[in-house]
Amino acid sequence: MRSNSSSLSLHQRNNLIGLALVAPSLIIIFGIVLQPILSTLYLSFFDATLGVTKTNIFIGLDNYIDLLRDQVFWVTIQRTIYFTFVSVGLELVLGLAIAQLIHTHPPGWRFLRTSLIIPWAVPTIVNGTMWRWIYNADYGALNALLMQLGLIDKYIPWLIYPKTAMNLVILADIWHSVPFIALILQAALATLPVEMEEAAAVDGANAWQRFWHVRLPLLRSAILVALVIRTVEAFRVFDIIYVITAGGPAYGTVTISYLTYLETFSFGHIGRGSALSFLISLITLLLAFVFIRILYKPGDRL
Amino acid sequence: MNGNINSVRKPRLKHFGYLLLVILVLVFIYLPVAWLIISSISTRAELLNVPINWIPRNPTFHNYFNILMPGADTSGAAQTFRITLRNSLIVSTSVTLISLLVGSLAAYALVRIRFHFNEIFMIGLIATRMIPEISLVIPLYILASRVHILNTPFVLIATYLCFSLPFAIWLMAAFFETIPLELEDAALIDGCSRLRILFQIIIPISVPGLISTALFVFLLAWDEFFFALIFTSTVAAKTVPVAIAEFTGRYVVDVTGMMTGGVLAAIPPVVLALLFQRYIVSGLTAGAVKG
Repeated sequence: MRSNSSSLSLHQRNNLIGLALVAPSLIIIFGIVLQPILSTLYLSFFDATLGVTKTNIFIGLDNYIDLLRDQVFWVTIQRTIYFTFVSVGLELVLGLAIAQLIHTHPPGWRFLRTSLIIPWAVPTIVNGTMWRWIYNADYGALNALLMQLGLIDKYIPWLIYPKTAMNLVILADIWHSVPFIALILQAALATLPVEMEEAAAVDGANAWQRFWHVRLPLLRSAILVALVIRTVEAFRVFDIIYVITAGGPAYGTVTISYLTYLETFSFGHIGRGSALSFLISLITLLLAFVFIRILYKPGDRL
Repeated sequence: MNGNINSVRKPRLKHFGYLLLVILVLVFIYLPVAWLIISSISTRAELLNVPINWIPRNPTFHNYFNILMPGADTSGAAQTFRITLRNSLIVSTSVTLISLLVGSLAAYALVRIRFHFNEIFMIGLIATRMIPEISLVIPLYILASRVHILNTPFVLIATYLCFSLPFAIWLMAAFFETIPLELEDAALIDGCSRLRILFQIIIPISVPGLISTALFVFLLAWDEFFFALIFTSTVAAKTVPVAIAEFTGRYVVDVTGMMTGGVLAAIPPVVLALLFQRYIVSGLTAGAVKG
């Protein structure tokens, strides 16, 4: 790595060293990502199946056309949007509220802040199995609790109703993800200047006006970031659904990632699964574009 | 802090209200966890009792013995749990170490050296974070089975790296950026190589940032389920999340095993996160604000 040649300009040398340092990461990341992405795109134009020794037949855009004509695809998209919108929306509102609460430093706020780390650190699969057990129809803690509080008079098989099942999956997701948003926002709140709000208070703004017109705009970038990270994550939710409902009842909790999983690994339709996963990629890339526009400002670094 | 603003009127009542809210949030956090732990120290018979026993009459660590020192009478998933714990540890630790080592080189270059493709690489990093796992899994599966690395920790380490590395580079770049340039300028003038500067100046003073990065990468790898589910079907490489999902058999559910396995799987990440909590918050801020 020594700069032994004086014939190279500083600029050229920097190029060389920079690329050399980045190369290992570049090789690992794009070596693993690039080929599969192109391969997925390629497969999506074929009638291809898993395992069977049948030759793949080129069918052009048929997989995509089939999908876009399929009612199931659109219902699944709707369901995924519902999941994303409701869970991220509630997580944001609750996360903001908890961040605010911590910021006012009530008794026990330090303990609360530490406690928030626990649901965030619990592995997603553990979170899912824990709630699945809580929702259990015959022995679940939810039924027992509601019964003892007198809110229900007999045990309810929660997960056999598609809508309820979906909302309960969302509840489990909220438990896991609200802390993430709350921790980010409370860290952002701690850095805000107090002076502006004080000035607004002197001018006669009430607490709500101060929150809405002074604090929220200052939090805007932190909120946007949390929002976009969570939206992209929620849009491709898989793990938690796999353990709580396995897509059931009656496909009631099948989201777009889950549908791709079923198409590919349960039905063995690799071509169709590839087309589906490519559509997901396109949608997430659209979200990514928004993400980059928000986060990446040229000249941010160096 | 800013409590001096018109909150003077009913401070008592307000304080009481806030305290109530704190308790409410704490209950929401701890109730499910408490039930998870209680279920893990109950007997199966007691768990299947209606009405429910909130506090087990005969708390027992029997379930833990079953999983950690399995006998012949335990369920299949419980028998192999120990091995999956080891697999998870191997995979997560390898991914963390490689990400830190390889990632710190790239992060340093991106922050400190002006070179071609610098910005394109940065954008590429964010873009890889957006790629859904599902669009990689089919070709990777075919590839892995062709070169016979399915059911090995290697296939998991490789795939996890392509997600953890961009994340680690991004985080470390954010931390390296906060180091004052003057420190290296003197060394550069003295003719130190970039590598020496990185390892002797930058790395030693960014230990907090490295701890934070290591934590996030470790948790990410420990948590991963989808690839592990598709790529591993034998105990040779199966990880803890897959093992836990398997407690739910087609016909029977080994509830106590599932809950005990859940507690055991949650202990490493939760303990690490609590021990290093200030690094978590700084990492979240850096990682979040920067991506």
